[in-house]
Parts: sequence; structure tokens; C-alpha cells
Amino acid sequence: MSGDHDHDHGHGGSELSEMDLRVRTLESLLVEKGYVDPAALDRLIETYETKIGPRNGARVVAKAWVDAKFRAWLLEDASAAIASLGFTGRQGEHLIALENTPRVHNMVVCTLCSCYPWPVLGLPPVWYKSAPYRSRAVIDPRGVLREFGVTLPEDVEVRVWDSTAEVRYLVLPQRPAGTGGWSEDRLADLVTRDSMIGTGLALDP
Amino acid sequence: MNGVHDMGGLQSFGPVRPEPNEPPFHAPWEKRALALTLAMGATGSWNIDQSRAARESLPPGKYLTSSYYKIWIEGLTKLMLERGFITPAELASGRMQSPPAKVARILRAADVSIALARGSPTVRETTGAPRFKTGYNIRTSNWNPATHTRLPRYCRDKPGVIEKVHGCHVFADADAQGDPRPEWLYSVRFEARDLWGEHTTASAVYVDLWEPYLQGG
Repeated sequence: MSGDHDHDHGHGGSELSEMDLRVRTLESLLVEKGYVDPAALDRLIETYETKIGPRNGARVVAKAWVDAKFRAWLLEDASAAIASLGFTGRQGEHLIALENTPRVHNMVVCTLCSCYPWPVLGLPPVWYKSAPYRSRAVIDPRGVLREFGVTLPEDVEVRVWDSTAEVRYLVLPQRPAGTGGWSEDRLADLVTRDSMIGTGLALDP
Repeated sequence: MNGVHDMGGLQSFGPVRPEPNEPPFHAPWEKRALALTLAMGATGSWNIDQSRAARESLPPGKYLTSSYYKIWIEGLTKLMLERGFITPAELASGRMQSPPAKVARILRAADVSIALARGSPTVRETTGAPRFKTGYNIRTSNWNPATHTRLPRYCRDKPGVIEKVHGCHVFADADAQGDPRPEWLYSVRFEARDLWGEHTTASAVYVDLWEPYLQGG
């Protein structure tokens, strides 16, 4: 699986066309047998391409940065606080927010498969599902962070959260300095997907 | 099942390679693979733990050399073949050769948004009380079922502390066997040195574990 990119962009053109053919064949069979509605397939794809993605999570984070009551609610009951912004559902039925501070850095992984908080972050990136990340995040998170260009001070406690059940984790990154008085919309642009997984930090203004 | 999907702690896979501005999909077939997996899941013919079990019981070489959406297609195909929804001949030809199996429901386009927004919550009402409370010391079992489990190998037979009681959730191990019974689910904190000795850069690892995996510390 570490070779996902190689397969897609490099020597694996044959796998691409093989999979393309195979999935087309499977789809036409399942449609003919009446198990799936092709219009529903299109709707599912459209949803994850255009509606559900990390901009949802960025809105949650930006609101928590400016609204102390919302922040407290998010840390107490993330499912309810996030649902109040309209983000609910599949692969995010039970949400917990993890607060990064100058003393504690949280990072999320699923060592067993690819569990990820879809309603707030969308579909997981290839690296999140890949063997290098799933294997090393729990034993060498600082080494993994370096591969993302992040070096944390030695005295920071690094906590890794392995998503082994149906609870999904969203990291609340630290608010960047120099953003006092910024609007939620402006702040949301500093919130990267990786900062909400814990493999990155929010962008500096 | 002690399989290659259980990767926590392995060190031989090389560096993580983040892709700048990664798109949601890398090929058109990946979109269809996602949609087919979700739409077939919505028929209610298997549960999410049975889906995971189907993927992680693929031959190890195939699992390790397949992209994640390919693993999904392999798992989906296996679930449908096992249940007689499709036959190998149909899979080869792409044409129906036997009548369809009965499914509980078919996901229609008009219902997609509602179905996704509802999801499949796993928390269940219970009259019982959890055996452990926040702050309790526990030890995980030495637990090696040949069937699906969500207790990773790296945190078996290890000491930990209950961080939080999540509630009573459908127990993955039983659910994969078709028994959706709930058990208490906990967030458990493990000190990284108890898992890895000196060879770690983590401070602590938190894992969500059901009560049957845990013993009093």
C-alpha cells in the first residue's frame, strides 16, 4: 500500500486499466441485478467530492478559536457541538475533539484500517491509509511528524490516538499567534486538514 | 485475526509520503469503488465489522500490494460471493446469469443525503454498569482470536489506565460473527514505554477498547 502513488502515477498503468475495467464490470452487474441505483452512486460521489471535506472541520476549529462557549462544548461533547453546525453522520457518529496546547500534541491514526472522521474531514488521504503511517504513528510519531515538516519541542507530550472502535477524533490545533480579532472565515483558511489529524500545525498568518 | 492489516509498530514500510493538494480520488474507478461499497453496505446485507473482516482476511501479499480502494473492491466482491449475491461466472462476464438475491433495501438517490447524515450509531442503551471507571488500572488480555478483533497486537497483555468510559457500543468482535451485542467501550491510555520500551518517540497511546478485552489491573 505504500506504493499507492507509484501505482497511480508511475509504473502501474496496467493496474489502473485493470481496476477500471473490473469496477465497471462489477457496477453494471450490480445495477442489472437491481442491488444498486446508478443515480445513488452519482449522488454519493458528488457528496464526497463537493460537500463533505476538511473545510467542514476548519469551520469547527475556527469557531472554537473565537467562541469560548463553543470551544468548551466541543471539548465536552464534540458530537453535539459539531452537529450544531450541520455536520453529522457516517463515520462521525461519535466524535471527540482533542485539544493541542503548548504542552500536549495529539495525533490520530487507525492502525487496523482507515477509520477517519468523514463528516468533518471528508475521505482520508492515501497516506493516512498507507502502511508507513499506520505502522509508525504509534511507535515513532515524532519521526512521522518530521516527514510532514513538523518538529515539536522535546518537552511536548505526544499523544497518539488509535481509532479502533466507532469513535472518531478531530484535533483542535493551536490558534496561530498574530490572529487576534480575525473573523471565523479568515481563521478557517489557516486550518489545514493535517492540523486536524495532528500531522500538521495551523498555518501562520 | 493476527493479520498484516494490524500494522501498529512495524518499522519496515519506509517514510510517509504526503501528497500536496491531494484530490479526493486518483482515478475514476476509485469513485465508483467508494460508491459501490457504500451503496451495497446500505442494503443491510452485512455490517461494518463484517466488511472489515472481509478486507483483513485477504491474502497478506494481496493486502500489502493493493491500494486501499482495491482492497475495498476485493472485500466487497468476497462478501457478495459468500452470500450468493453474485457468482464467479457473473463476475467474469458482467452479466446477470442467476436471479438476484433478496436484499432488505436499496439506496435511492433521493435518500442518499439523509442516509449519510444519519450514519450508523453504535451506542446502545443498557441497564448494566461498566466494570471500570476513569482512572482505574487495567491490563489488556492476551487475546488472539482467529476471527475479527479490534484489539491491536501491540497493546495486548499490557497495563493501561481508563481515560474515559465512552458508553455501551456494539462489540466489533461479536458483530463480525453476526451478533450485534453491545459491550462497554473505554478509551485506555498506555504509556508508550510500556508498549515499546525505550524505542519510541511517543509519550502515550490511547486506544478504544471493549470490556471483554480488559482485566482488572
